[in-house]
Amino acid sequence: MNILRRNVLKGAGAAGAVSVAMAAGLLKPGAVFAADWNKGLFENKDLGGVMGAVGGAGAAAGDISVKAPDIAENGAVVPVEITSNIAGTESITLIGEKNTLPMIAQFNLSNGAQGYVSTRIKMGSTSNVRAVVKAGGKIYTAAKEVKVTIGGCGG
Amino acid sequence: MAEPMKIRASMSGDTAEVKCLMNHPMETGLRKDAKTGAVVPAHHITNVTATLNGTQVLDAQWGGGISKNPYLAFKVKGAKKGDKVVVNWVDNTGDKNSAEAAIG
Repeated sequence: MNILRRNVLKGAGAAGAVSVAMAAGLLKPGAVFAADWNKGLFENKDLGGVMGAVGGAGAAAGDISVKAPDIAENGAVVPVEITSNIAGTESITLIGEKNTLPMIAQFNLSNGAQGYVSTRIKMGSTSNVRAVVKAGGKIYTAAKEVKVTIGGCGG
Repeated sequence: MAEPMKIRASMSGDTAEVKCLMNHPMETGLRKDAKTGAVVPAHHITNVTATLNGTQVLDAQWGGGISKNPYLAFKVKGAKKGDKVVVNWVDNTGDKNSAEAAIG
């Protein structure tokens, strides 16, 4: 009985914190955030929904190289390097297909920035790292499987 | 104010490669504290922008899926030695940081 009550209280506390954070975000637009942050996309737990939203579903394969280790011992730090050789690459989106939150990052490139980003990501379990590239209004995609021995998405 | 970040930019042919390391916990909001079992609230960088001589070249949105103390590298064509590169980030609590470097 007491345990249940604790959990209920905890849940209420967490929900309260979220709404406070949201209200704070709403009160200070623009001034704090350099650009909009697509909350709905980043908090979507459904891979299909994320892929649909970024236009990656059914996209053509393109000349994109996804460089990542075959086996990552530590899923908390997986180096990935995306090189898009497609002319006019406008954006590169990184997706961890089996992550609880599949949407990892989106890079918009402009004014001479090349179709290249290198970073380190977290992976919850063995899955594809997918790059979705937008170039000249078209969407292209490529993926590479990374085997993860220890997940890095907490829990 | 967040911890300082490291940035380095170097030319290779007609393209500059900018590398930076940021100091940030990058909490996803999904992880539980090992001792208390309480969920650690989300605290991660949401937006990263980069400019070359004041012109924006990169505008990124990040989730908690980027590793702790993030590393980022990108390349810009048409840059010259001595050009100024500035990288800024903002996190979901409104904290922000920036660093600049001259291309060497």
